Amino acid sequence: MKYLLQRILFYVFTAWAAITINFFIPRMIPGDPVKSLLARFQGQMSSQAIDSLYVLFGLDKDASIWSQYIDYWKQLFHGDLGLSFTAFPAQVSDVISDALPWTLALVGITTIISFFLGTGLGVLAGWRRGSWVDGLLPATTFLSSVPYFWLGLLAIFLLAGPDSFFPSSGGYSPGLVPAFDQYFIPDAIQHSLLPALTILISSVSGWILSMRNMMVTVAAEDYITVAHAKGLSDRRVALSYAARNALLPNVSGFALSLGFIVGGTLLVEIVFSYPGLGFLLFRAVTAKDYPLMQGIFLVITISVLVANLIADIAYLLLDPRTRKEG
Amino acid sequence: MSAQPVLEIKNLNVEYGLGDQAVRAVRDVNLTLHRGEVLGLAGESGSGKSTLAYGLTRLLAPPGVITGGEVIYHPGQGESYDVLGLSDKGLRDFRWAQTAIVFQGAMNSLNPVHKISTQLTDVLAAHEPKMSAHSRNARAREMLKLVGIAADRMDAYPHQLSGGMRQRVMIGMALILQPQVVIMDEPTTALDVVMQRQILGQLIELRERLGFSVIFITHDLSLLVEFSNRIAIMYGGRIVEEAQAGALYRDSLHPYSAGLLGSFPALRGPRRELTGIPGSPPDLKGMPSGCSFHPRCPKAFDPCAGNIPVLGNPDTPDGATRSVACWLHPVKEPVA
Amino acid sequence: MTIPTSSVEQVIPGQGAMAQPDPTPAKAKRQRFRFVSNAKALTGIIVLGIYILFAIIGPWVAPYDPDARSRDLTQGPSSSHWLGTTHLGQDVLSQILDGTRTVMVVGLAAGAMATILSVLIGVTAGYLGGSWDDSLSALSNVFLVIPALPLVIIITAAAPSGGATLVALIIGFTSWAWNARVLRAQTLSLRRRDYIEASRATGEKTWRIVLFEILPNLTAIIASGFVGTVIFAVTSEITLAFIGIGSDTGWNWGTILFWAQSQQALAQGAWWWFVPAGLAIAFLGTALSLINFGIDEFVSPRLRSAGKTKVKTASGRTVRMRVGFTPVLSNSSAPHTHAKPIPTIATAAATPVNRSKEATE
Repeated sequence: MKYLLQRILFYVFTAWAAITINFFIPRMIPGDPVKSLLARFQGQMSSQAIDSLYVLFGLDKDASIWSQYIDYWKQLFHGDLGLSFTAFPAQVSDVISDALPWTLALVGITTIISFFLGTGLGVLAGWRRGSWVDGLLPATTFLSSVPYFWLGLLAIFLLAGPDSFFPSSGGYSPGLVPAFDQYFIPDAIQHSLLPALTILISSVSGWILSMRNMMVTVAAEDYITVAHAKGLSDRRVALSYAARNALLPNVSGFALSLGFIVGGTLLVEIVFSYPGLGFLLFRAVTAKDYPLMQGIFLVITISVLVANLIADIAYLLLDPRTRKEG
Repeated sequence: MSAQPVLEIKNLNVEYGLGDQAVRAVRDVNLTLHRGEVLGLAGESGSGKSTLAYGLTRLLAPPGVITGGEVIYHPGQGESYDVLGLSDKGLRDFRWAQTAIVFQGAMNSLNPVHKISTQLTDVLAAHEPKMSAHSRNARAREMLKLVGIAADRMDAYPHQLSGGMRQRVMIGMALILQPQVVIMDEPTTALDVVMQRQILGQLIELRERLGFSVIFITHDLSLLVEFSNRIAIMYGGRIVEEAQAGALYRDSLHPYSAGLLGSFPALRGPRRELTGIPGSPPDLKGMPSGCSFHPRCPKAFDPCAGNIPVLGNPDTPDGATRSVACWLHPVKEPVA
Repeated sequence: MTIPTSSVEQVIPGQGAMAQPDPTPAKAKRQRFRFVSNAKALTGIIVLGIYILFAIIGPWVAPYDPDARSRDLTQGPSSSHWLGTTHLGQDVLSQILDGTRTVMVVGLAAGAMATILSVLIGVTAGYLGGSWDDSLSALSNVFLVIPALPLVIIITAAAPSGGATLVALIIGFTSWAWNARVLRAQTLSLRRRDYIEASRATGEKTWRIVLFEILPNLTAIIASGFVGTVIFAVTSEITLAFIGIGSDTGWNWGTILFWAQSQQALAQGAWWWFVPAGLAIAFLGTALSLINFGIDEFVSPRLRSAGKTKVKTASGRTVRMRVGFTPVLSNSSAPHTHAKPIPTIATAAATPVNRSKEATE
């Protein structure tokens, strides 16, 4: 369990680092765009909301940087991320919690599907070199070089439209009320198909390729030759011996690439106007809604850290060498 | 010792690569393993000894290809057959049940992510599907006991065992289906000298008890002299000499064998001067013409450079029991 | 955004010697020629060369001023506008040609910057070890798990809208971590090699060892890291432009896509507006990936497609080369070479006896 403790410690440290970066970014930039925005909403804000924005963006020039930092943390612990300007007068935390489930469902599920599908195809490609999966590789290389959002544009152009089965934007049809019922859920799924497909197509090739390369590398290990010499079935050698070992680096690769993938998938939301964090970030950026931007960055980072921790636990379960006895 | 053959290799040829880039690693090798004997196979690295061992069970990784020859297996009962002619299914059934291998590098021979028990029982599951899980486990436990490992190590993972223990596990695994032939490819190279002798001693004892035959491959001729009945020396992909262990040790006929014997100190017997062999092993891509050893041979003479000597019984008093491929010892009868 | 797939990048400590490159200096020199002869790498380099050419001459050969408006609003491809026009009648081809320079300059600059940072941090951590290693590794791991693109977005959005230089700086500063990690692992393994230990034992200065013994052996990994970062930098830069932040001067393929998206090019069916820019990105990315595959296969030859995977047997059947079942091309037991029991030599048979006597005496 020492391994897991180390990892948790590391993620706590990383979370601290991300929050600290978030604290310093607005303070390092000359001129304070937030101040001008504050001026615009003058009189409509409670003094408490103004105070909280002062703390978040370091507008109080009298306070030392250290006391600003302490106040910043105090505020975060209360879950206060300030007021959103675009959704004025809503709290940033409320705006984000509305969008978060959409992203978790779309990005989370498609990333997992993509990982398993890609890994499976990678096993095939690596085990049967020169088979049809190997023939897919050039095409997947090309697809993985395409920015996710452009593929989204193309998908909308080719597949969506007024008469199409695929809606071109949004997370659900206008007029429906988000709820877990028989009207809303199928409609939400229908809306998420095209964005999900876009993410899947652009991210799956990376997994195919890395798993294929690991399979090829592992196939030359001694224990694979032993497995063949033992007269085990081809299936058992491929899965229980080769793929089982090749999976390990792919899982740790999964954890490490999450940061990259999430960035790309968020953009797909923008193209599809999908009501998740990515689209929210886009709106915040366009409207220069700094409190919202910073809040979204924090939430995305923390989510990625949690996902990383889950991947670490999976790795722990998969590799006996990281489990210490006793 | 009965002279009944169990495995006959006939003109086996193995190449790496195809077409013009092909490198011939094993050339026209003829070798017979008899029932119950330990046949030693020695040579410098690159002599083709491991390639020969992997080639005869078709375990060579790409780009290795077998370009010719037969490997005739004589089971205890039933008809003899060519291992190279078996179907994939037939070969899978043959492997481990008839010929098991203990590999070079004990460290990497075990799958790091599975327990020892899993790796012992999956052989049984593949070859004896009717066996119950309980008796499979019992069998695995029994094999561990046979090689001197406590049964509670069944649940251990490979990384929790020492190098010597892992190699014992591999030997236990090799014997689990009671094969007729066990091929040992440098089985103890990674271990210290004490462990080496302990494990080999144990193996010889097991052989006497269970009666399998062993092909023992090593570059360490001293181990072979001690532990094997018969020794074959390989050079440049060919067998250059083959004789009873004692005869080879006392008077080797091929200058290369003499060189090998002169390059390590004798463990027992009179002291000898260490000489070694000048030069380096031949490049398989540009093999010298004629006898491939002739550029390094202290006794090379006219026919050596232009003619490949055939392996056969020499014209010596014990000529009928040994063979050599050298122009110094004209062959009475070629082996084939 | 691109999932790092290179096996070079998979060399992570704790995962053993899988796909470890074997960079012996002499060998590297001999193989350099082979790298260029790798078909994938060659294709990639040629395509990249075309992009660099257009980065240089693009703005000059562009048929129109990319900002100039005309009366042909949102027109499809024609002889006067090969790639059609925008809602303001601007020439799409000119915008793409003009944008090539920005894209390439920012991508290469950010890549170079990230590479320098990663070499400094990775090699220092790997070579000096101890607390240097601990703190620098922690730093790179932090930068690795923090999602890079959102970070780049909030920094860029908060910064005063500067030129392309600022964008390159921000991207370079946030994308060095992966390569630093790979370099650290490789430096660590190099440091334990005999010839490095020997240099240290003879009292060679640290900077000399790093410069002349370590760095030359990291060339392939540094190159692959650079190419990988350029891919990331190009996509990030275009993404920033696409969501409307970053450089507000000049054209960039992302800017074209931004206008296409915001002016409803999709709804109008104006495919010429967004398809070429996307293809330009995709081909550039593919070219860079191909170069990286080439480097990968050069570093760990196992990954090379085996060339011929199918072989013909003597009986005319085709068998596949595969692990565990060596193909048997022929199982005739006829010998391949003609070893002879009697030598064929022109000279007298007396010579052998003489020579052998001499040798034994």
